Amino acid sequence: MITIFILFFPLLASILFLFSGNENAKKIALGISFIELAVTIFAAIEFIPDSNVQFSLHVDWIRTLGISFHVGMDGISLLMVLLTSFLVPIIILSSFSKEYTNAKSFYFLILLMECGLQGVFLSQNTFLFYIFWEVALIPIYFIAALWGGDKRIQVTLKFFIYTILGSLFMLIAFIYLYLQSPTLTMDFQSLYHIELSRSTQGILFWAFFLAFAIKMPIFPFHTWQPDTYAEAPTPGSMLLSGIMLKMGVYGVIRFILPMLPLGMEDWGNTAIVLSVIGIVYGSLIAMVQNDLKRLIAYSSIAHVGLISAGIFTLNAQGLTGGIIQMLSHGLCVVGLFFVVDLIKKRTGTRIITELGGIAEKSPALAIYFMIIMLGSIALPLTSGFIGEYLMLTGLYEYNPYLAGIAGLGIIFGAVYMLNMYKRTMYGLSPLQSSEFKSLSMAENTALFVLSACILWIGIYPETFLHLARPAANHLLEIAKH
Amino acid sequence: MTTIVLLSLLGLITLITGLFTVKKYILPIVVSGLLVVFAIHTSSISIINENGPMFNNMMKFDQFSILFSGLILLLTLLIVFQAQKFEGETDIPLPELLTLFLFAITGALIMVSYTHLVMLFLGIETLSICLYVLAGSRRSELSSNEAAMKYFLMGAFASGFLLFGITLIYGATGSFHLAMISAQIQNPAIANSPMLIAGILMVLIALAFKVGAVPFHFWTPDVYEGSPTLVTSFMATVVKTAGFAAFFRLFFLAFSHTPPMWNQTLWVICALTMTLGNITAIYQNQVKRMMAYSSIAHTGYMLMAILALNQAAVSGILFYATAYALATIALFAVFITLQKNYKLDSIESFNGFAKKNPFAAFVVAASLCSLAGIPPLAGFFGKFYIFSLALKQQNFWLVIIAIINSCISVYYYFRIIVAMYMKKAMDEQAIEIDRMSYLVLIICMLASLVLGLFPDLILSLNA
Repeated sequence: MITIFILFFPLLASILFLFSGNENAKKIALGISFIELAVTIFAAIEFIPDSNVQFSLHVDWIRTLGISFHVGMDGISLLMVLLTSFLVPIIILSSFSKEYTNAKSFYFLILLMECGLQGVFLSQNTFLFYIFWEVALIPIYFIAALWGGDKRIQVTLKFFIYTILGSLFMLIAFIYLYLQSPTLTMDFQSLYHIELSRSTQGILFWAFFLAFAIKMPIFPFHTWQPDTYAEAPTPGSMLLSGIMLKMGVYGVIRFILPMLPLGMEDWGNTAIVLSVIGIVYGSLIAMVQNDLKRLIAYSSIAHVGLISAGIFTLNAQGLTGGIIQMLSHGLCVVGLFFVVDLIKKRTGTRIITELGGIAEKSPALAIYFMIIMLGSIALPLTSGFIGEYLMLTGLYEYNPYLAGIAGLGIIFGAVYMLNMYKRTMYGLSPLQSSEFKSLSMAENTALFVLSACILWIGIYPETFLHLARPAANHLLEIAKH
Repeated sequence: MTTIVLLSLLGLITLITGLFTVKKYILPIVVSGLLVVFAIHTSSISIINENGPMFNNMMKFDQFSILFSGLILLLTLLIVFQAQKFEGETDIPLPELLTLFLFAITGALIMVSYTHLVMLFLGIETLSICLYVLAGSRRSELSSNEAAMKYFLMGAFASGFLLFGITLIYGATGSFHLAMISAQIQNPAIANSPMLIAGILMVLIALAFKVGAVPFHFWTPDVYEGSPTLVTSFMATVVKTAGFAAFFRLFFLAFSHTPPMWNQTLWVICALTMTLGNITAIYQNQVKRMMAYSSIAHTGYMLMAILALNQAAVSGILFYATAYALATIALFAVFITLQKNYKLDSIESFNGFAKKNPFAAFVVAASLCSLAGIPPLAGFFGKFYIFSLALKQQNFWLVIIAIINSCISVYYYFRIIVAMYMKKAMDEQAIEIDRMSYLVLIICMLASLVLGLFPDLILSLNA
C-alpha cells in the first residue's frame, strides 16, 4: 500500500492542477511533494534492514504473457526513493523565484517525472522497470524543450533519441531474458537464477551497458549531456543530474551485477576503464569551462565515472561506496545547480569571468556554497568523502593503478571547484554583481537543508548505510555465486 | 456471414438513400447501421465457427475472422464519424462515397474470412476497386487523378501477379482450398516443385504490394498524398489491417509447412521495408507523404509477426494494427482540419498548434508517441509484443534493425511535436475542430491509453 502511494500519489494529486490557477501551482506542487517526502520517511522508519523486498504488491496484470504488476522496495531502492522524495521538494523550491509561463504544466511535468522515477526504483519486474524508465523520459524532454534555453530544440531531440536508442537495446535484453526464463516471467527474483552461456552474457552485458552508459553518462556516450544540462531550465538540470542519472547506476546494480557474472568477468574491466577515462576526461574539461552550468555538467561526468567504476569492481566497499555516493552526488549536484541558478537570477550571467565578489554581498550564500562545493570535492566530514573513500578502496583492491588514476579525479575536482569558487565568490566584483539581493526564505531553507544533509551523511552515514547494507551484501552474494 | 450480408445491404441502402431527400440524414443512417452491424457481429462471437465452413468450403468465420472483422468495423466507424470532412474536398455526393466505403469493407471482410484462393482474389478486388474510385474522388485536383491512375494501374498489375500465382499454385497442388494446399505441400515432391515456389512468390509479391512493402511500395506516397485525406486515413488503417490479415491467413493456413523457401525473401523484404520507410520519412516535409512512409515502416514491423507465423502472431498483428490505426486516425483527424484552414500540406501547418488547441495538440502528441513506441501507450506494447515474437524465432538481427529504425522514427514524429509546441504559429486565426472530430480524438486517445495499460483486453480475445 505504501509503495502504491509513493508511486502514484504525485501523479494523481497533480490532477488538482487542473482546478488551480497558474499562480498557485507551485505551492500545490510543493505541498504534494512534501506529503510524498513524509510518507517516504515513514516507510524508511518502518523498513526492516534486511535483504528482503518489503512493502511489496504483486497482482496479476497481463495474464496472457505472465507479466504481473510487482512493486516493492529493498534497501537500495529505499535509499533511491528517499533521494527522489527529498530532492523533488528542493527542486520545486528552487523554481519559486522565477515565474514560469504556463506554470501548471511545468509542475505537472515535474510531478509526472517524479512518478516515473519512483517507479523505476520501486518496480520488481523488468516490464514495469522499462515502462517507468521511459515514462520518466517524456516529462524531462518537455521540460527542457518548452522552458529551456535557445538551442533547446536540437539539443533535447538529440538527448531523447540517444537515450531511447540505449533503452531499446535494454528492452531487447529484457525480452530475451523473459523468453529464456523457464516460467516465462519478468520478475527480478526469478531472472537472477537463469543460466546463460558466456557469449550470451557478453552480448547482454553490452546491451545493458549501452543503455546505462548513455544514461549516466559514461565516456564515450556522454556527448548529449553538457548541452542538455546547459540548455535545460535549472529544475530540469537538477532532475536530470540529481535523480535521473542514478537510474543508470541503479540499473547496473539491479541487472548487470547479479544476472551476468560471466559477462562481468569478460567485460567488467572494460567498463571500469571507460569509467576511469571518463573521470579524467570530465575533470580536465571542467577545468577549462567558463560557463558554470557546463562546469557542473562535466564534473558530473567525472563523479559518475567514479561511481560506475566503484560498482563494477564487485566488492563490498565499491558497491556500498557507490550507493552512498549516489546519495551524496544527488545532494551536491542539486545544491550546485541551485546556487548557480541563484547567481544567474541575481547577476544575469553564468559566465565565470563576469562574476566575482559575491561572498561579500551574501555571506550566507558563500557558506552554503562552500559546504556544497566541499561535499563535491569530497572533503572529510562531508558526504562526498564517505563515498569516494569507500569506492577508491574498492577500486584499489581491484587494481591499484586504476585507483591511482581515479584518484586524480578527486585532485582535479578540487582544482576546478576551488578555482570556480574563488573566482565567483571572492575578488573584485564587476558591475553586474553590485546589487545582490539577499536570500529569500525558500532559498535559505532549501540550501540549509541540503548543507545539513551533506554534513549529516558525512559525519554519520550509518543512518543510511544500515538500510542498504544487507541488500547490497545479498546482491554481491548472487553476483559471485 | 451475417455481417457481410448486412454490410452489403447497408451499402445498397446508402446508395439508394442518395436518391431521396432523406440524404441529409445519410451520415446518421450509416453510423447507426454500422453500429448495428457491429453489435450483431460481436454477439455472434459466442457462436464461433458460424455453422462451420460455408460456400463449398470457401469461407470460414473462425476466431481470426471475427476478431479482424470487428476491428475493421470499428475503425471504419471512427472514419465515418468524420465524413462531413468530405464537403469541399470532393464534388462526389456523400451517399456515394459512403457506399464505396461500405462496399470496400465488405471486400475487406471477405479478405479476412477466406479459405479459398478465389475468395482471396474476390475480396482484394472488391476492396481495391472501391479504393481506386475513392482515391480519385477529388476530381478537380490533378494529384488525385494521378493517385487514382497510379493505384489502379499498379493495383491491376499486382492483381495480375496474384492470379498468375494462384494458377501456378493450383497447377502444383491441384486445389484452390487452403487446407488442401497445405495437405499437398506435406509431400516433398510437390513442396519443392518450381511451379509451387514460383506461385508462392508471385502471391507474396501481390500481397506485399497490397500492404505496401518494399520494393513494391512506390505507389504508397503518391496515392496517400493525392487522395482526400479521409480516404488516406482509411487506406492507412483499414486497408492495411485487411491486407495484413489476408497475408497472414494465407501463409498460416496454406504455406506454414514450407518456411525456408519464402521465409528468407520475407526477411529481406521486412528489413528493407522498415529501413527504407523510416529513412525516407525523415526527408519529407509534407505530412501526408511522411505518414505514407511511416505506414510503410509500420508495415515492416508487422511483417516481423508474419515471419513468426504462430497463434501468438495473430494477437501481435491484431494489437499492433489496432494501436497503429488509433494513432493514425487521431493524427489525420486533426490534420484534416488544419489542411482545411491553411490549404498547406506541410508540417508547418502544425506550427504553434499547442497554443491554439491544447487538447487536440496533446492528443496528436500522444498519438505520435504511440507510433514511436513510447510507453505507456498502446504502440509501445504493440512493438514489445512483435519484438518478443521475433526474438522467439531467433531473428536477432531483424530486431536490432527494428530498434534502430524505431529511434530514427522518433526523429520525424517529434518534428511534428516540435512544430506544435515550440514553433510560432503562422497566423493568429483560431482552429475550429468540430464535435465529431473531438469525439474521434477522445475515443482514440482513451483507447490508446487503456490498451497500453491493459493490453490483455485485446490479447485475451485470442486466447
